[in-house]
Amino acid sequence: MAKHLLEVNNLTTSFKIDGEYFPAVDDVNMRIRENEVLALVGESGSGKSATAFSLMGLHSHARVSGEVLFQEQDLLKNNERKMNKIRGGNIAMIFQDPMTALNPLMKIKHQILETLTIHNTKRKSEREAYTIELLDRVGIPRPERVANAYPHELSGGMRQRVVIAIAIANRPKLLIADEPTTALDVTIQAQILDLIRELQDDLGSGVLLITHDLGVVAEMADRVAVMYAGQIVEMAPVKELFTNPQHPYTRSLLNSLPSEELLGGKLHVIQGVVPALNKMDRDGCRFAPRIPWIGPEAHEHKPELREIAPGHQVRCTCYKNFYLDNSIDQKDMERRVEAGQMDGKKGASVSNE
Amino acid sequence: MSNEFLEIKDLKIHFPIKGGFFNTVKDHVKAVDGVNISIPKGTTYGLVGESGSGKTTTGKAVMGLNDITEGEIFFRGEKLSGKGKKVGVNRDIQMIFQDPYSSLNVRKRVFDIVAEPLKNYESHSKNELIEEVLKLLERVGLPPGSLYKFPHEFSGGQRQRIGVARAIALNPKLIIADEPVSALDVSVQAQVLNFMQEIQQDMDLTMLFIAHDLGVVRHMCKHIGIMYHGRLVEEGTAEEIFNNPQHIYTKRLIAAIPDTNVEKVESNLKLRQQIKEEYDQHFAEYLDDEGRAFPLQAISDTHKVALPVKG
Repeated sequence: MAKHLLEVNNLTTSFKIDGEYFPAVDDVNMRIRENEVLALVGESGSGKSATAFSLMGLHSHARVSGEVLFQEQDLLKNNERKMNKIRGGNIAMIFQDPMTALNPLMKIKHQILETLTIHNTKRKSEREAYTIELLDRVGIPRPERVANAYPHELSGGMRQRVVIAIAIANRPKLLIADEPTTALDVTIQAQILDLIRELQDDLGSGVLLITHDLGVVAEMADRVAVMYAGQIVEMAPVKELFTNPQHPYTRSLLNSLPSEELLGGKLHVIQGVVPALNKMDRDGCRFAPRIPWIGPEAHEHKPELREIAPGHQVRCTCYKNFYLDNSIDQKDMERRVEAGQMDGKKGASVSNE
Repeated sequence: MSNEFLEIKDLKIHFPIKGGFFNTVKDHVKAVDGVNISIPKGTTYGLVGESGSGKTTTGKAVMGLNDITEGEIFFRGEKLSGKGKKVGVNRDIQMIFQDPYSSLNVRKRVFDIVAEPLKNYESHSKNELIEEVLKLLERVGLPPGSLYKFPHEFSGGQRQRIGVARAIALNPKLIIADEPVSALDVSVQAQVLNFMQEIQQDMDLTMLFIAHDLGVVRHMCKHIGIMYHGRLVEEGTAEEIFNNPQHIYTKRLIAAIPDTNVEKVESNLKLRQQIKEEYDQHFAEYLDDEGRAFPLQAISDTHKVALPVKG
């Protein structure tokens, strides 16, 4: 078995709300091997981006604990100077929005040269040629011209290619892609995903792919971790996750997608909203308030992630008794759950009515 | 005159590019360049295309938010384009916007946001207004307690509901939904889609649904039009577009959708690659000398494709 490239143990990242710290990332454990794509899936607010930012040490006002082992060092213990060497070097990040990830006042060429200079790759005389080579590598036509252009002169897809060129400039061992295609059209998305796949094969790097698009996950990932309210609730190889999903959240998510079988019919709706950081029941199953028809006895106290098949982990025992219920009056239920949450009450109390 | 509910005839919207000395008009961007769409009453028409294809511009033109360069728009047989639009028409056409975060005034309370169209077109006493707004909130599934809250107190899906409540306040007949779910999470997207379908059936609405997500459009719309560079390249029922796409651009769009069926990933990728190669080689044949798509030709009663004229 290949060695782990990245090992994350008990990562917890807390943010301060009204003077108190609340964990947005709660005891996350994951491993990424070389040449492996791990997808991190979840709704907005589930903590997937917060996880990525913690790995890179980009949270300046958060309390981060746990261990992030990369090449035998704990990244969380590194000081800023050491981290700067690693960021953009051995670990690189592709950001969601290519419109804001680039500096609008700098020519493309200089933005790429910047990473090369910081990490001192190549001799000074070779850097410029290498820049052109990189742009060519990510499929930009006429790289010499683009190198001298400003970001606003390029289309969204081209800009994302430039962002990727910067990310791979130092041949990173680990690539963190935070919603790399969310801002792009489908055809461009397909091209960018192709490119990431190709580069990953080439460099043999591990990829942490953060996305909420389950189609992209099915296409790209080797393994998938599903996050809800700061915790990983299910982790499995990609085929296993899509053909045999277990956790109620995963199953609800997959069922809320428009599909061929359900054309024009009612989609499954997950009731309520993701609980706010400072207003959730930390000891119970965090998804419980959103599946009120499953009785409280089905859930565990302090649910843990347990292996139910090789490589397939699920949190909380409630998956055993879970069924998708579309029979109850959705509108009514939604209103009750929402009303409960808006008054700041715990959603669980609604379920006991 | 036809009996279609909304009819767009040969619509052209060109924006001038100004520049040089004296800021003279140098050229035009042909955002919409000869589009024909007709939507029967009570149906949803999906307009699909990449960013920059002119789909939003078309929607805005129906709303009267863009000046029309050429062409005509008929609503219930009444001509919309040109001067002297009727008040009655304005209130019957409403729009749902893409981004629930920026389409609501952050300084206004839900009551003021939803009551605004009512204040503009109808005279109500304050109490009647509150009653009306409460009814609308009930209809879109928001608790009555939200009446005096601000937009920031709601989640994305709830905000989109506020936007919908405002749009349906005047009992419109035609709704233009411009990417109503593209800013939302999948679970919230399902909520909003279900609920838009409900409202459409309840109120017998006609809808122009603008989106770039083909999966969503397929779910919502009976008829679909695919736009490329300001022109329609293919139009037909959802089955025809998805099961029998004829134009290379449509084929490519459909092949590019990532599928959640893990068993088919390999074959999908292969198909996508194959279509991309075909697209790269033959796309030029689908355009005329000026780089415009050809006029649509009917290949069945409902299915039209912009194929090159033979001969």
